[in-house]
Amino acid sequence: MTEQGRTITTPGSRDRVEDVWGTRTPFGRGAHWPERVDQLLADGVAEGDVDRWVRSACVLCSNGCGCDIAVKDGRMVGIRGRADDPINHGRLGPKGLYASWQGVEHRDRLTTPLVRRDGVLEPASWDEAMDLIVERSRALLEEIGPLSHGFYTSGQLFLEEYYALAVIGKAGVGTPHMDGNTRLCTATAAASLKESFGADGQPGCYEDLDECEALFLYGHNMAATQTVAWSRVLDRLDGPEPPALVVVDPRRTPVAKRATVHLAVNPGTNLALMLALVRELIANGWTDDAWVAEHTVGFEELAEQVKPWTPERAAEVCGVAADDIREAARIFGTTDRVVSTVLQGFYQSAQATASSCQVDNLHLLRGMIGKPGAGLLQMNGQPTAQNNRETGADGDLSGFRNWENPEHVQELATLWGVDAQKIPHWAPPTHAMQLFRYVEQGSIRFLWISATNPAVSLPQLARIRDILSRPETFTVVQDLYLTATAALADVVLPAAAWGEKTGTFTNTTRTVHLSEQAVEPPGEARSDLDIFLDYARRMDFRRNDGGPLLDWAGPEDAYRAWQECSRGRPCDYTGISYDDLRRESGIRWPRREGETTSTDRLYADGRFPTSPDECENYGHDLLTGADVGPEKAKALRADGRAHLKSAPYTGPHEPPDDEYPLRFTTGRATHHFHTRTKTGRSPELDAAAPSVWLEMAEADAAERGLADGDAVEVTSRRGRIVAPVRITAIQPGTVFAPFHYGYWDAPPGAEERHPTAANELTVTEWDPVSKQPVFKTAAVQVARAKGE
Amino acid sequence: MKLPVYLSLIDESEKSLADAYRQMANAHGDEPDIHFLCLAHATQCEEHRAKLAPVIERYGTTGSGGEPERLHHDGVGEPRTGPLGLLRDLQDLYLLATLVDVTWVMVEQAAQALRDAELLQVVEGCDHETAVQLAWLVTRMKQSAPQVLVAAR
Repeated sequence: MTEQGRTITTPGSRDRVEDVWGTRTPFGRGAHWPERVDQLLADGVAEGDVDRWVRSACVLCSNGCGCDIAVKDGRMVGIRGRADDPINHGRLGPKGLYASWQGVEHRDRLTTPLVRRDGVLEPASWDEAMDLIVERSRALLEEIGPLSHGFYTSGQLFLEEYYALAVIGKAGVGTPHMDGNTRLCTATAAASLKESFGADGQPGCYEDLDECEALFLYGHNMAATQTVAWSRVLDRLDGPEPPALVVVDPRRTPVAKRATVHLAVNPGTNLALMLALVRELIANGWTDDAWVAEHTVGFEELAEQVKPWTPERAAEVCGVAADDIREAARIFGTTDRVVSTVLQGFYQSAQATASSCQVDNLHLLRGMIGKPGAGLLQMNGQPTAQNNRETGADGDLSGFRNWENPEHVQELATLWGVDAQKIPHWAPPTHAMQLFRYVEQGSIRFLWISATNPAVSLPQLARIRDILSRPETFTVVQDLYLTATAALADVVLPAAAWGEKTGTFTNTTRTVHLSEQAVEPPGEARSDLDIFLDYARRMDFRRNDGGPLLDWAGPEDAYRAWQECSRGRPCDYTGISYDDLRRESGIRWPRREGETTSTDRLYADGRFPTSPDECENYGHDLLTGADVGPEKAKALRADGRAHLKSAPYTGPHEPPDDEYPLRFTTGRATHHFHTRTKTGRSPELDAAAPSVWLEMAEADAAERGLADGDAVEVTSRRGRIVAPVRITAIQPGTVFAPFHYGYWDAPPGAEERHPTAANELTVTEWDPVSKQPVFKTAAVQVARAKGE
Repeated sequence: MKLPVYLSLIDESEKSLADAYRQMANAHGDEPDIHFLCLAHATQCEEHRAKLAPVIERYGTTGSGGEPERLHHDGVGEPRTGPLGLLRDLQDLYLLATLVDVTWVMVEQAAQALRDAELLQVVEGCDHETAVQLAWLVTRMKQSAPQVLVAAR
C-alpha cells in the first residue's frame, strides 16, 4: 500500500509519544500534501467494535485538526484523523491521539457542583449552586453596579459558549471586565493584525506552507506547539525543492536544528533584530516600492526609525552574528514566496506588538501578502482563541467591531435589543492583568472563571494565589477537574468536555469545524453553554422589548445568532451553516450568505479594512499603547491601505544584573498543553514528560559546578522553583523552564516546599499595546538546590 | 530677545516632568504599566534636555527681567496612594506635560521666526514625544476613571 491514503493504526503503546511527528510523506513545492490517517483505539478495542464515529476536530492546540471520535457502548474509545480535512490530511499529534479522549474520561472528573461551606468545598445541587451565584451577582449589581463583575475565560470553549458569555457580559451585566487566557497566548497576534491591517484575521493559510520557498519562524517552536503543522513542514523539508528555514529562538529547538539560519537571540531583544531586518530590506532595495506606495502608509517614518539598526548594532544587542542577520534578510528579500509565522517567543517577550508588527512590515514592504506561498501567520497558542476574539468574550466588541465607533456599538445594541449605553464602550476592555488587579484592590467582587487555571498560568503565582483566596471576592470556577484555581473557589461548576457537547470552533487560520456530541457528560456535568444560559435565565436578563436576552435552546440557536452578529463583518459566518460543516470538513471564514467557496487568503487585492468606518480600532502608539483616537486616525487617511508601524527599541524591563545574572525564559513541552489539566491525565503523555526541568548552557552550568541532572534552585525577585537541570545548546546566559507544571498532582504544600511552576518566577508586566504578559524575560539566579 | 527665557522654561519644565515621572514610578510600583512607562518617559524628558543643550549654549538661558523665576512652576506634589490617588496623580502629570507641550509650541514659533533649522528639528522630535506622553496619560486615565469613581472602595 502506498503512503497515500494509508491508515496507520497506532497501538496503545508509546509509539507516537516518541515518534512525535510520525512517518514522513515527503512532497514537492506546490504539490498536494499526501494523506496519512492516524488512528488510536483503546486497548482491546478493534476497529470493528466501534459503534459509530462522530465528527469533531482536535482541541489541544491552535491547529484544530479534523478528526472523528470513536464511540462504543456510550464511551469514547478512540480517535482518528480525517483524510479530507484541509488542516491535517488525516494526521494527529501525540496530544490529539493520547489526551483528547483519554484525558477527558478520568476518575478525577467533577460530577456535581461544589459550594464552599465553613471553608470547605462540599457537593451541592445545581439549584443550590446557581442560587448562590445569582444571589451574590444580583446583590452586587444593585449595590455597586456592573463594574463589580469580572469574567475570565479560556481559549478552549466553543464559539457558541463564548458568544453567549459575550452577550451576557456586555448586554446583560454590562461590564467591561471580560478577558480570556487568550490574553496570555494570542493577544499580540490580534493586536499586531489590528495595528497593521485594521482588523483581526489571519491573512494566510496552511496551504502556504506547501507553496513557500522560504519559511521564517519567529519565536515559534512549531515542532512542539503545533506538531501536525510541523509534520507538514518536515514533509516539505524532506521533499524536492525544500524551503529555506530561518528560525529566531534562544533555544536550539527541533525547529532550530533544521534551520538554514538560526538566530539564537537573547530573550527580550526581538525588536532590535526585526528593525535590522527591515533596514536591510530597505537598504538593499528589496522593497516593492510601487506596491508600498499604493497599498501602505507610514513608509517614511519606518525608514527613519530603522536607519540606525545596522546588522552590527542588532548583532551586539541580540547576541547573534551580523552575517547571520544579513543572510536572513537576504533570504527574505530575494525569495519570491516567503511564509512567516510568529508565536510566544515574540508575543510573550518585551515589546511584543512592536516586534510582531515588523513581521507584518517585512511582508508589506515586499508586497508579499494574499498570494499563494506568501503567507503571514500571526499564530494562536490555543485551539479556540480565534473564537474568543471574534465573539468578544475577551472584552472586544463582537464581530471585530470598534468600541470607539458609535455606529458599531449601535449595531450590537440593535442586534441584542438593548440601549447602546448598556454596552460598555467608554474605554478599551479590561485586560486580564488589570482585571486581577481590580480583584486585588477589592473593586471587582464577583469573578467567574471558566475553563482556565490562572493559579498556574499567570505571572508571579504567589500574588495570584493571594488574589484568588481573598474572602471578600466571590469566585465561581467552571471546569472539568478540581484545578488549583477551582480549589480556591466559592462555587465550582462541573462542565462537560470536548466530545460531551456540540459546538464549533475556528482554528488559527480561520478554519471552522463542527464538533458534535459523542457521549453524555459524567454525573451532573453540563455544557458551558447550558451553564451560561441558565445564569442568564435566572438573572432574568431581558431585551428592551421584554423578551429574554438569550432565547436560545441549544448550540445551533447560539450559532445562528452569531452568524447574524458576524454578517457584513470581516469574520462573516453567514455562509457557513452546521449542515455545511457536516458536509465539508473545515470551512474558512469569511463566507457570506449564498457563497459556496471559502476565502483562502485575505488581502489578495491589496485592500485592507483600515478605513475609519471599517477598522476594528484606530490604532495605538506602539511604544506606550496610547490610543491614536478617531480624529488622528481619520487624518491619516489610510483608507484601505495597511499601516507600516514601528517603535524605538527599549529592551526588556528586568535585564540581568549582578544579583540575578541570568535571563529566564519559559516555553512549552511537546507532550503537554496549558497546565496539563488533560494531558497530565493521559498515562502516555504524563510518562513522557512527568515533571519540570531547567535548561542551561554548558558554560553557565560549569561556572556553577553543575552537571546534567543536578537539582537546582532558580530564584527571581518574586519566587523560586526547584528542578533538575539539563545541559543544552541554549543561548549562554539564558535559562529555560517549561510552564506547565503546577500542583494538582503534587503533595499538599508543594508551592512552598518544592515549587515547580515556572510562573513563580515571572514578572508582573505586559506589552503596552496587546497587554500580553511578559513571560520570557525575568532575571534569575541559579544555584545547586539546598540539601541536594 | 526673550527666547532664552522660554528655553529656560522648557528646560526646567522637562526636568520637573522627569522628576515627577520618576516619583510616580516609585509610588505606584504595583501598577506595572505605570511604573515602567513613567520610567521610560522620565528618560525621554532627560533626552529632550540633552537635545536642547546645544541650543541653550547658543542663545543662553536667562533673558532680562527675571522672568524665569516668575514663570517657575511647582511641579507635582507628593504622590498619593490608592486608586483615587493614582488617578489624581496622573492628572497632575497631565497638567505638567501640557505645560511642556505648549511651551515647545511657543519655542517652535520663535524658531520659525528665527529661521533656526537646528532648533526646529529639536522641537519637532521632542514635541512629538510629549504629545505621545499626553495621549498615553489620557488613555490610562480613561481606563482608570470608571472603576475609581464608581466601584473602588
